Formats: sequence, C-alpha cells, structure tokens
Amino acid sequence: MTQNTNDLLLDIQDLHISAFFEDEWYEIVKGINLSLKKGEVLGLIGESGAGKSTIGLAAMGYTRDGCKITKGKVLFDGLDFAQANQKERRALRTVRIAYVAQSAASSFNPAHKIIDQHCEGPIQQGAMKRKEAEANALDLYERLHLPHADTIGFRYPHQVSGGQLQRAMTAMAMACKPDLIIFDEPTTALDVTTQIEVLAAVREVVNEFNCSAIYITHDLAVVAQMAHRIMVLKHGSLVEEAPTREMLSAPKEDYTKSLWSVRTLQSEVRRVTPNEVPVVEVDNIVAGYGNVQILNNVSMKVYKGRTLAVIGESGSGKSTTARVITGLLEPSQGRILFDGQEVASDYRKRHKDDLRKVQMIYQIPDTALNPRQKIKDIIGRPVEFYLGLKGKAKEAHVRELLEMIELDPDKFMMREPRELSGGQKQRIGIARALAAEPELIICDEVTSALDQLVAAGILKLLRRLQDQMGLAYLFITHDVATVRAIADEVVVMRQGNIIEQGLRDDMFTPPHHEYTELLLSSEPEMDPDWLNRVLHERKLDAETSY
Amino acid sequence: MRTYTQQIAKAPLSAQFGLFVICVYVFCALFAPFITPFSETEIIADAYAPADASMWLGADNLGRDMFTRLIYGARNTVGVAFATTVLAFLIGGTIGMLSATVGGWFDQVMSRTVDILMAVPQLIFALLILSVVGTNTVSLIFVIAVLDATRVFRISRATAMNVVTLDFVEAARLRGESKLWIISREILPNISAPLIAEFGLRFCFVFLFISGLSFLGLGIQPPLAEWGGMVRENAVLITFGEYTPLLPAAAVALLTVAVNFVVDWLLHLSSGLKD
Amino acid sequence: MNVLYKILAERIFFGLFSLFAVSVIIFFAVELMPGDLAEAILGQSATPENLAAFRKQLGLDQPAFTRFFSWLSGAMVGDFGVSFANQRDVADLILGRLSNTLFLAALAAVISIPLAVTLGILAALYRNTLFDRIVNVSALTSVSFPEFFVAYILIYVFSIQLGLFPSMSSPNPDAPFWDKVFSAILPVMTLVLVVMAQMMRMTRSALINLLASPYIEMARLKGMKQSRVILFHAVPNALAPIANVIALNMAYLIAGVVVVEVVFVYPGLGQLLVDSVSKRDLPVVQACSLIFAVTYITLNTVADVISILSNPRLMHPR
Repeated sequence: MTQNTNDLLLDIQDLHISAFFEDEWYEIVKGINLSLKKGEVLGLIGESGAGKSTIGLAAMGYTRDGCKITKGKVLFDGLDFAQANQKERRALRTVRIAYVAQSAASSFNPAHKIIDQHCEGPIQQGAMKRKEAEANALDLYERLHLPHADTIGFRYPHQVSGGQLQRAMTAMAMACKPDLIIFDEPTTALDVTTQIEVLAAVREVVNEFNCSAIYITHDLAVVAQMAHRIMVLKHGSLVEEAPTREMLSAPKEDYTKSLWSVRTLQSEVRRVTPNEVPVVEVDNIVAGYGNVQILNNVSMKVYKGRTLAVIGESGSGKSTTARVITGLLEPSQGRILFDGQEVASDYRKRHKDDLRKVQMIYQIPDTALNPRQKIKDIIGRPVEFYLGLKGKAKEAHVRELLEMIELDPDKFMMREPRELSGGQKQRIGIARALAAEPELIICDEVTSALDQLVAAGILKLLRRLQDQMGLAYLFITHDVATVRAIADEVVVMRQGNIIEQGLRDDMFTPPHHEYTELLLSSEPEMDPDWLNRVLHERKLDAETSY
Repeated sequence: MRTYTQQIAKAPLSAQFGLFVICVYVFCALFAPFITPFSETEIIADAYAPADASMWLGADNLGRDMFTRLIYGARNTVGVAFATTVLAFLIGGTIGMLSATVGGWFDQVMSRTVDILMAVPQLIFALLILSVVGTNTVSLIFVIAVLDATRVFRISRATAMNVVTLDFVEAARLRGESKLWIISREILPNISAPLIAEFGLRFCFVFLFISGLSFLGLGIQPPLAEWGGMVRENAVLITFGEYTPLLPAAAVALLTVAVNFVVDWLLHLSSGLKD
Repeated sequence: MNVLYKILAERIFFGLFSLFAVSVIIFFAVELMPGDLAEAILGQSATPENLAAFRKQLGLDQPAFTRFFSWLSGAMVGDFGVSFANQRDVADLILGRLSNTLFLAALAAVISIPLAVTLGILAALYRNTLFDRIVNVSALTSVSFPEFFVAYILIYVFSIQLGLFPSMSSPNPDAPFWDKVFSAILPVMTLVLVVMAQMMRMTRSALINLLASPYIEMARLKGMKQSRVILFHAVPNALAPIANVIALNMAYLIAGVVVVEVVFVYPGLGQLLVDSVSKRDLPVVQACSLIFAVTYITLNTVADVISILSNPRLMHPR
C-alpha cells in the first residue's frame, strides 16, 4: 500500500450515494469531499436526513441494504473502497477501521458474552489469539474506567447498563488499535449524566492511542468537545467546514447558527399570585405497575397561563406522572384535582368535560396521528365530540385552528399525515389538543424528536398560544435548554421522587440540590473547553469533600 | 394515490397470473350451469367410460361426466371454503380486536381459551366434532369456521395490539371515545392490509382442509361434486395409469398457488407502504 | 435463576392443564350429541328395555362426571373401553397401529426437520439468489398442494410409471428394519414434502427478520464473513422461533399422517380414526384423538421449553 506523504489517512472525493425507496432511487449524499489526517478527529454534524451516518459507513466501505455508491472515490490509505471487492473491504475492518454504533444495547448480540464479541474481531481477522485478545479486552475495560473491569466482560449485554455498554463497545473498536474509528452518535441514547462519563472516557483513549476518528452527532455542543475540525451537513451536501473553535465563535452560515436555536430562546418567569387556584393539582401521589412502585409521594400544581416543566432522566417517573394525571394509570394513593375539585383517578370514570380539560401532545409525531385519517378528520373529531359542531360550522372551526398553528387550511385540510413533515405533524397534534378548548396541555418531550430549528418554532408557537388563551402547560423534558426556553416553574425528578421544585430562575441559580447541580452541569455547552472545565471542577469537589 | 388498475398493471407477473386464475374460478363457480354440457349428478355413460367428443374427460365411477363435475366442484368446494373463511373472520376478527382493545380479564380469558383450543391439532378436533354432530355441509362450515377463528383471533389480536399501544389510540381513549369507535375508526383501518393478506392465507388453508376432509369421505357429501371427494371416488383409475382423477386435485393446487401469489404481492405492497 | 424456574414451571403447568382441558373436551364433546350413545348405536328400532340394558352395560346410568373420571383414569393406564363396532378392546385395536404410525411420523420428522432447517438457513444465506428463488417457489408450490395430491403424484410417478416402490404399504412387524423403511418410502416422502416446505419458509423468514438487527450490521462492520454472520450471530437468536416453527409443523405432520395412511392403505392410527369417524365408533375416536392431542401438546411444550432455555435474558438474569 502506498503511504501518502502528507499523512492523509482518508480521502473521500466527490462521493454520491443513492438510496432505493418506493420504486425509485434518491440521491442522499450529493458530492461530498472529506479528508482526514492521521490522529485527527473530524466532527460530522447535521440534522436528520443530512446523510452523516451514510457517509460514516461509506468511510468503512459499507453501504446499507438498498443504498449504493453511484460516483466518487473513498480512498483509505490508498485503497478505493468504491472499487474494492467485498474481501478487500472486509480485511480492513476491526484491524484498521472500527465502528461504534449509536445504541450499544441493540448492537451487541444478546446471545453472546461481551468479551466473546470483543475477541471475535481480532481472532477472526487473524490479528490475535484468544488469550491475547482477552487480555487486550481486560486492559481496555480498565482504561475506559468500566466498573469491575476484570469481570464485566463475562456478562451478557442485557446484564450491563447502557453507558457501560457504550464504553465496552468503544473498547471493542479499540481492540486492534485501528487507524480510524467511526463514532456514530455514540451518546445520543444516553442520559446527560451518563453521557459526560462516556465522552470523557472516549476522549481519553482516542488521545492516548492517537487514532483518527470521525465523530457523528446532531449535537454541536457534544462534537465541540471531541473534534478538531467540524463539517456541517444538510440534505447530503456540505454547508460549511471549519476548525472547531472557529466554527463556534464565527459560524459563516445561518444554517449553522440554527443548529443551536433552542438555546437562544429565553423567557420571562411569570410568578403565581397568592390565593390562585391551580388548574390541575396532584397531591401526594404513589403509583406503580404491579409490585414495582414508580412514584413516591409526588405533588405538583399547574396554574393558568403558566408552564410547569418536569425535568429528569429516563426512569425518573416524569411520564408516569403524566399518565396519572390523564387517568391512564390509577395511583394507589393520593388525589388529583382539576380547578380545586377532586376527579376520578380512572379516565373511564371521568366526566366528558373533565376529559376535555386536559389534553396531551406526544413525543413522536408519527405515531400521534392516525395515518388513515385526513387532517380535517383528525382535528374535526374533538371539535364535533366536545363542542358538538357539525358540517359547515365544524369545517370553519377546523380552518380557524389550522390558522392558529400557522398552517394554510386550503393546503392541509385534505392531506394525510404521511404527506407532512415532522414539525407539521407536531403542529397538527397541537391543533387537535386546542380543538378541545382545554385548560391544561401536557407536552411529553414534544420537541425531542425534532430538529433544532423546528423545535424552536414549536416552542415559540406554544408560548404564543399560551399568551393568547391562558393555557397551562405541563412540560415533560430531559433537556435543560428547553426548560430555559419555556418554563415558569421547574420540578426536578429522580427515580420517582421530587428532588427539588420552585421558580425556574431560583432553581437555575446556586445554591441548589446536589442532583440538580449534577444535572445542570452535565448539559453540554457551546464551548470547546466545557468538558475539561467540568471534569476539573468535579475533581476539585471530590478532593475537597474528603 | 394510485388507482387499483394501475396497481395491478404494475404488479409482478406471478400476481397477475394469480388474479387471472382466481377470476376464472369465480366465473366457473358463478356460471357452472351455463358452462357445463350436463347436470351435476346426471348419469350419462358407463362407469369409467373413456373420453369422447361429448365427454372431454370421460365418465366417473358412476358414469357421470367428469368435466361437468369438475366445474361444479368450483362452486361447491370454493363456495364452502369461502363461506367458512368469512365466518371465521367475523368471529375471530371481532373477538381478536375487542380483546386487544378491552384488555384485562376479557383478553386473558379469550387468549387462554384460544390457547387450549389450539393445543389440539385442527384435523383431529374437526374429526372428533364431525363424528359427533355428523357430516353435513352446514355443520362442516360451522365447525371449521370456529376452529379456524382461533388462528384469526391470534393474528387480529396481535396486529391490533401493535396499533392499540400507539399514541393516537391513547388520544382517542382519553377523549372518551367508545370502544366501537376505537375499533372501527382507529384500529381497523390500520390493520386492514395484514388482515386481507391473512384472509388469503386462511382461505387457502380452509380450502385444502375441506378438500382433505372430503377426500377422507368426511367433508362435503356425495352426490355433490367436490374436488377432494372426486379424487377419492375415482382413485382406482390411477393404478391403471390414468391421470384424470388427479385433475380435481390439480384444480385445488392451482387455486391455492394463485391465491398465494396474490397474497405475497399484497404483503409486499403493505410492507412497502410502511417504511 | 428464580425467574427462569418460574416461567418454566408456568409453561409446564400450562401444558398439563391443556392436557386436562383437552381430555375434558374430548369426553364431553361426545356428551353433546343429541340423544345418547345407546340410541345412536341401537338405532330407532330398539325397544326401551333393550336401551335400558345397553345403557347399563355402557355405564350411561352413571352421572357424566363419574364416567369422565373413570374414562380418564382408564385412559392413563391404556384402557380406552370397548369399540361399538366390533366389541373389541380399543387398546387392542390401537396398539399395533400406534407403533406403525409412530414409525411413519418419526421417520418423516427425522428426515424433514434437519433438511428443512438447513435449506431455510441456506436460503437466508443466499437471499435473492437463484437458489433462494428456486427453494421459495418450490416451497410455495408444495404448500399449495393437498396432501393426497402429492401422494398420488408420487404413486403415479414412482410406483406406476417407474415401478420403483410399492403403492400400498403394510409393514410386516417381523420384517427387518430396512424392509420396513422400503415399504414405507412413498408415504414418508409424501409427509416430508408436505411438512418441509412450511418449516423451511418459516426458518428462512425468522432468520431474515433477525438480519435487520443492529447487531448483525455490527458484525458485518467488524469484517465478519456472511457465513459467520448467519451461523454465529443470527442462528443462536433464531433458536426460539425455529423451535416453535418445528412444533407448529408437527400439526401438519399429524394431519398429513391421517391422509397419507388412507391413500397408502397403511394400517396406522390415522386410518383407524377415519374409519371410526365414518362408523361413529366413538370410544375409538376418543382414544385416537386423545393420543394425537397428547403427542402434539407434549411436542409444543418441549419446543417452548427449548425457546425459554435459549433466551439469554432468562438464562442469565441481571
């Protein structure tokens, strides 16, 4: 193999990739040029459909089923993957190029022990013997700070937590000290407090082994901690490319700035006046599934025209709280009050008018709307059901609602959900909730499946509707930036308990509870030095507390 | 949205062939008296008389025209199998979707009952019941429909379960909609594609099952022409190197293959729409 | 390990409960008959005295539950009562035929299961190749053929046209093993063809479903060969679905046995069952049904136990 003089490891030239979908080929990567030097970490950033994973896989000479490289070169150390045969491509994997997938939980084979999967690559590729490979695994587990590094490999994937699996997968990728590692959204599925640990561990070994890496993510703050250089992609084309610090301090393109649009939203806190009756109150709720108790003595109040944000990591019980309020889950203890009046805990026993008062907006817009109904029927049904409007009056009301959510009635009335984008679907979900003329809308992670710009648009819309109609929101989220953008009051939950609650501005200024501090400080910031600083502070704290 | 004719024009050759065969069978079943030269049970020749100009396929064991009975067989075998499948879907589909929607003890009881009914091989169960109630066409349809409804229950419950957990169904529940609304407006339109495909598969199964029973002499009873029964009546001829007794069996096989081709295509269509 | 034992115990308990429920169904289905057995057997010409005497002889003067438990306890030790048709012990009628049928079914299972699973794996391995297409089309065709059609085609070709194998098959119990196999070759071939197609199609689709998993993509990205991806990564996870596929297809085998025995005039349990149904010889029908059902439930339970044991989440709990 020829060694390039300028240390160029990967050189992608004018890469075009097409995907086959519903009887047609679509170009999903449109002429990308990318080069990577030895020891360099490149960040690929973009929103859904930007083609970043496809490019990352192409850098390994791999295309998913139904995709093909139509034009261009992928030169890895002189070998063109676009021309190479299956055997030549396979020979480089594990040994010189390795991959870390988004969800380690589903990318580890459930049928085999973790260490067996670690050793498989080096052994099958003829790089190591079993003993050697095992020692290698144990060494890497140690380096990645996995707890019980000497025994954890002998467990099955389902016996290990998500963050640990992600580190074990990084270890697997490191096995043969490859020249290039592709990280494909390795921390996206993790909670922020776990994410920071994985980021720290990954960065440490990448530096130590001096390997090149392509780090793919949709989160600019994360990639800023990892990459020397960043490429911003949109719909398979390059938007801009610059060294990390330059990109963050002086982005050239508006699109790049839009990648942190939710962070730019700010809102004034509106205080609750004394003697105000909450629209919805839960009082001392204990609830769970079967014998497993999920919520322990949870109480919260939501007031007219205000937003209460419930923030917490997965398993904190925030969605369960929503299920209790809507009456889908009966608590074993505690009361639910609408406008100061206690209501039945089972939704089937509630009056139609009580059902009307509380509406939901869901996280995944695709499953929130019935794919077999037209928009006019999706929004029209609650109009007819609760308000008793029919025929022309109903249609006029649906048009009004569509205008309120900033969608053109003439264009959208007769469409089906699959003809809409994610953001448009989410707006239809809002219109359906509004149609009931509710008092409280529960928003369950409504922006987390959306791209930043679209999410910011939804948040602004929700805010405007609140001001116009005096709606109360219960806003469930795991994202600190979203809380900053919309909340008046905040509840922090962890493992079914309320850790702390109060006005947002009070909660976000120290001193606060230890866990709130951990949660807030783990949220990545748009600053390349953020990770270093946080790790340094935590180290100091740990030293002083002993 | 593409129209049906465009869809069919774009379908693979196998599916078009399947649709054509199904149409031919339906035509034969509907217009049997007009196509056939003789009547279903008329004795026109000696037993096993060889083929001639008026009897294209010769005579059967009682001297009836084999061709005529082959055409009538379409009416009897296909008709009974179709009626049985429809009945099975009415019973199994309704209970299955209800079970998925209502959940709780109703679902538990129905699911366990079906588990137990399915723990007995279908043929054995059918033979047992038929030996008790006797073999006539009506009891045949009911017995097989009930037994087959267990399979329909399983699939419609499972597919409905996938939809029931989706957020738009939860939204409808929380709105206070009735069970009827939820099943008919929210669930059924979203599982119709797999259910139609399943209908094809269940029809094939029932069709093979009935002709199998008739072959054993326990299905549709003579003198009605039934393909499985016709093979049994004339099986002796095979040992003399004649292939005509196998034509009714081939008729069964051809229709089953045709339906399977169409089902494969439908499944492909519905899976393509999903992603 | 607790969870595993609990699930295993539940599954085995359900198997036992099914056995009991099925015996209830088999016994009481007969009770539902209009009139009673005595009338059915003696016909309308019977005098009331004759009827009464016959009822006493059959034990019909006892309440249904008493008769059920005496029937069940009898069945457990191999006593199924007396045939209506010829007054012989049902157990005697069944005994020789049972071993004939088991011989036929076992032979068919031993050939078809490994063959079908191997072909299914190969078809998944060489997906969308000519081999896969040929395997698929032939499977689809053979699924579409009624059992008796397959049987007669085999007779027509191998027995009548080529004269290779006998078209009637009555094994001599004293004959050497290979002679028995030879005489049963066409019935076994029929069963293998009928059962294999389904099993192969389902094995293939179970594997192909798994091939969409992220861990399969991961194995490919580690540079593993296609054969290793299938055998090491897909097959261990497909054990549960494959075990269930095999158990499910034993139902086809049972149905197939009945038809095949009739076509080949093979003296087995299936033929006895069909004869007894047309004669409405209920004790024999009950006995045969019970034997078939017990076999099927047992196989199903075993398959489920295997799939529980092949689940790493249950075998190695957190």
